[in-house]
Amino acid sequence: MQSTDFGNPIHVESLVRQIHAKSTRPLTLMEVCGGQTHAILRYGIDQLLPPHLRIVHGPGCPVCVTPAETIDRAIEIASAPGVIFCTFGDMLRVPGSQSNSNANDLMHAKSQGADVRVIQSPLDALRIARAESQNTSPGSPNRQVVLFAIGFETTAPATAMAIYQAKELQLDSFSALVCHVLVPPALDAIFADVDHGIDGLLAAGHVCTIAGDHPYHRLADQFNLPIAITGFEPVDLLRGILNLVEQLEAKPTSYRVDNLYEHIASAEGNLQAQRTVETVFAVCDQHWRGMGSIPQSGLKLQPQFASFDASSRFPQRKLPGEQTSCCRAADVLRGKIRPIECPAFGTLCDPNHPLGAPMVSAEGACAAYFLYQALAPLNPIKLNPIKLTSSELTQSESPNPKDSLSP
Amino acid sequence: MSTGDWSCPVANHSSDTITMSHGAGGRLSAQLFDDVFARNYPSPELMAKGDSAVLDWTAHDRLAVCTDAFVVQPLVFPGGDIGKLSVYGTVNDLAVQGAEPVALTTAWILEEGFPIAELAKLAGSVGQAAAECSIRVVAGDTKVVERGRAHGCYIATTGIGRLRPSVNLSPQAIRSGDCVLISGPIGDHGMAIMSQRSGLLFDPPLLSDTAPLHRMTLELVDKVPGLRCMRDPTRGGIAASLNELATACGLCFEIQEASLPVRPQVHSACELLGLDPWIVANEGKLLAIVAPDEVELSLEILRSHSIGSLGAKIGTVHDLYKGLVIARTLYGTHRIVPMPAGELLPRIC
Ligand code: SF4
Repeated sequence: MQSTDFGNPIHVESLVRQIHAKSTRPLTLMEVCGGQTHAILRYGIDQLLPPHLRIVHGPGCPVCVTPAETIDRAIEIASAPGVIFCTFGDMLRVPGSQSNSNANDLMHAKSQGADVRVIQSPLDALRIARAESQNTSPGSPNRQVVLFAIGFETTAPATAMAIYQAKELQLDSFSALVCHVLVPPALDAIFADVDHGIDGLLAAGHVCTIAGDHPYHRLADQFNLPIAITGFEPVDLLRGILNLVEQLEAKPTSYRVDNLYEHIASAEGNLQAQRTVETVFAVCDQHWRGMGSIPQSGLKLQPQFASFDASSRFPQRKLPGEQTSCCRAADVLRGKIRPIECPAFGTLCDPNHPLGAPMVSAEGACAAYFLYQALAPLNPIKLNPIKLTSSELTQSESPNPKDSLSP
Repeated sequence: MSTGDWSCPVANHSSDTITMSHGAGGRLSAQLFDDVFARNYPSPELMAKGDSAVLDWTAHDRLAVCTDAFVVQPLVFPGGDIGKLSVYGTVNDLAVQGAEPVALTTAWILEEGFPIAELAKLAGSVGQAAAECSIRVVAGDTKVVERGRAHGCYIATTGIGRLRPSVNLSPQAIRSGDCVLISGPIGDHGMAIMSQRSGLLFDPPLLSDTAPLHRMTLELVDKVPGLRCMRDPTRGGIAASLNELATACGLCFEIQEASLPVRPQVHSACELLGLDPWIVANEGKLLAIVAPDEVELSLEILRSHSIGSLGAKIGTVHDLYKGLVIARTLYGTHRIVPMPAGELLPRIC
């Protein structure tokens, strides 16, 4: 692959050297973005760090925090006659609460006849609804199109836009099952726990391009926490980690938010996107899978859009089942443990038989660890892999694999 | 037989869409055979219209047989269509076994209402592709299912090939120290289809790599005695093929990501759709495992074919770990590449 696609190995090398030179004591850093979790594991960034630097992963995957009851509702609505249920592909295999039922995820509901369609954007669902409403052929009654609207600050504007347009178009056949969540209140919940054990936070730049960086300034002040706003590429992540190490090693009286993400146009974020979200949604308390109810951490439809709420349009018949599981998603999502520290990891729980949502979603921490596992017994780092120059790397072939892989 | 008093509403001779009668074995079936299939791939065996095709065979030649089904959506995609794909896919299954493709059968499962003009185009593709590969379509079948049951059409094939006399390719022949070669950039077919389905446009456009591999593979078989094993990494991409090989031979495949060719468009499409090029399907790529001292010769052969011009050595085989595929990243770190779960890319071939 081209080195430009990945971030320049020479930059990586220099950042890794600086981190090793500056880091003197054990630190735990948390990132809260599924894309960052993915990149850290995909490129083995954690293997490049000194052993006393620990990276844990917060509630950075919207699929993982969608409550089991909401999955149950999604299955129930998708299975109702005449419904076209539109969802992101990641949600298909997330288990609901009916662990002994044979339709405990949307994939099974689909195999039993539900019309579940995978979309890339909430606006795809609107397009399907418009096409359905124009279908005037006799004998085919207009079908209800339901959008499973999940995601963080980054996807909320597109959902808001879809619902706003549906109202403008008087598209009565469209509705949304809304489970949008907001990152900063969840971080409040994590850091309010005095034993949170986290020294610094890597924040996701693309969330700030929408929501602005002010929620992070408040967090930094309130919990006296160093925060680095950064991107997904290896170089971005290492710059973020270096920034946190420098802040923490300097031991100032107060820590700050540093924005290392050049793409942020303004500290306020995208005001137009925020206005669209505020027009359609109001902030509400929200249940997070594995974390419980978090005040002011979710979005619900404003009264003038309430008729587009799928959860009131479709009657609820089934009550949520009892959840009995050894899944430690709650601890994973709070950064208390890393997925490999969960006893079920890779034994009872793998992507083919997920016990919890973090093992399903592409952005889930458990799935990322499973997908990009390192060879557990070896820690081949000690900076030696980076000794190659980038030109050596492009034609690289370790002449003797025993050199590079021996424990 | 008189058909004048049939009440069947679809007994229209000049129907321009497929009806249930086209699969009923009667006159419309015969007409479809003549107008569409025989016209596009008229092999002597097919034109003999027997219940089975009869092929001449030398007694001591070993036979390679493969079977495959094609359900790709959409039927026509950038760089190919289901007709071409079904021929090349079958040819490639024979080719990577070290066989010279000889004959092919095709079973078409058509949906009621499918336009005959579209079917004729797809049959034309089958004919062209078969001629290009010097393989004869020797037998076939057509069935029609109710509207809404087949999304246009499916094709099922069986391929028959003649093995080169001394060839014995298998994962068990792989030894520690062998090298892994690929004939070109990975993920083109899967991403061409996924990006068309999701409306992503690229400039230059992303085309499927669907192509026959047999000329390249036969040359390897004939000239490289240290050729151990070959694979055509289709569904599940190179991650699936390499894991199959690693499990079968009990050795470890260590792949250098820096050497792995990926087109920039495939890389961006994968980023956008949250996929990894390692698990994306190819339809015209060859993975070859060769003895270390025959790498240069093998690469020369790959690169002398247009479909192998970007061929590269991507890794080595060793015995430090049993049955594992390991990726070395650009930064010298590593990760285990698991067998893909695979259900996220339905109907890709
Ligand atoms: S590994 Fe599986 S069981 Fe353990 S926390 Fe992750 S999802 Fe839950």
